[in-house]
Amino acid sequence: MTWQQQLITILVVILGTVATRFTPYLVFSETRPIPPVIKYLGKVLAPAVFGLLVVYCLRNVSVTGGSHGVPELVSLLVVTGLYAWKRDMLVPMAGGTLCYMVLIHLM
Amino acid sequence: MPSGGFFVRIVNVAPTRRTPGIHTGRKQLPKEYARLNQAAAPVNEGNIVQAESPQSRRSRIFTALRWAVPNTIPVLTGYLFLGLTYGVLMTTHGFPFWLPIVTALVIYTGSMEFLLVGILSSSFNPLSAFLTAVVVGARHLFYGIAMLGKYRNMGWKKAYLIYTTSDETFSVNYSAHIPQDQHVDRGWFYLWVSFLDQMYWVVGSAAGGLFGSLITVDVRGLDFVMTAMFMVIFLQQWFQDGTSPRRILPDHVCELIGVLGSLAALLVFGPDRFMIPAMVIILAALLAIRRPWERRGKNTEEKR
Repeated sequence: MTWQQQLITILVVILGTVATRFTPYLVFSETRPIPPVIKYLGKVLAPAVFGLLVVYCLRNVSVTGGSHGVPELVSLLVVTGLYAWKRDMLVPMAGGTLCYMVLIHLM
Repeated sequence: MPSGGFFVRIVNVAPTRRTPGIHTGRKQLPKEYARLNQAAAPVNEGNIVQAESPQSRRSRIFTALRWAVPNTIPVLTGYLFLGLTYGVLMTTHGFPFWLPIVTALVIYTGSMEFLLVGILSSSFNPLSAFLTAVVVGARHLFYGIAMLGKYRNMGWKKAYLIYTTSDETFSVNYSAHIPQDQHVDRGWFYLWVSFLDQMYWVVGSAAGGLFGSLITVDVRGLDFVMTAMFMVIFLQQWFQDGTSPRRILPDHVCELIGVLGSLAALLVFGPDRFMIPAMVIILAALLAIRRPWERRGKNTEEKR
């Protein structure tokens, strides 16, 4: 690619990304009331999306090969345990990440 | 970080209603505060039109910053590390050091930027690049719908808030508990979180582009901090929706749809193409449970 082609490529990538970010706000503008079904989705989507994001982070974990996803599973259990105990954000994250780093060094 | 007392004192400088000047009900106000109050007092006392003084505006902005910073610490760790990886990846593919910095700032979507390295290294195809960006960014549609209410009436801040909606910024801003009694301005809080997150990503990418080749410490696995953060936010949501083990299905139906729908799509379509099918499954399932969900919502409201 020439630098002009690279520039165009970067610009269309920006355009595509910005389009996905702005579309909901342009479709449901502040001047009109939000339709009830979209209000409903606004409430229920987030809990589902947080689940999706966890799965998304783990998408490349192979259960059949490598370390069979054991470091990921154990570390997430550590995160869950620490959260249930402390009800705080940073302690479970630090504990889970540390646990993961140690496990992948060992395995 | 400055102590809380500092901010509390500055908040007191804001003129109090109807009683401008030194009669603020506090007997021993330092002289300079009294003077500030007098300066900010409206000239005609009957009229309570109060222009916001520069002091209270500044304190509002800083109070929001003070609340925003701790919320972004996990993102700080994750973004510095992932940004670093991105900067290294770009420069090892032969691109100049400033390209990861500029793209980090203007595209600001981690997953898309990692793909961009490959796209820029292959032959010119702008349509395919555009479609890839739309497909990879499709989840932003969900974030937009979820944030419609929270980002309402944000004025000039709104365009920037929408432009910088990353996975992490959305998660933090959606789930953050912003205390109303502490005078934390929501708009400024969202703006600080969005801005800080973006800066972490840019600084990480810059460090990777500039000094990536010098790093010799083994930091494998540090990127798990992002997974852990989403897991904690997921758990926050889970505990907030109910803790009774007997009511797992009715209380957590949205979370279960998210996890199980994504896992099903992942099993069928594989790691590189499961996002869009997962979103379709989640959307369909959530729409299917709308009636029972809203009926249950009414019941729980009546009980309260």
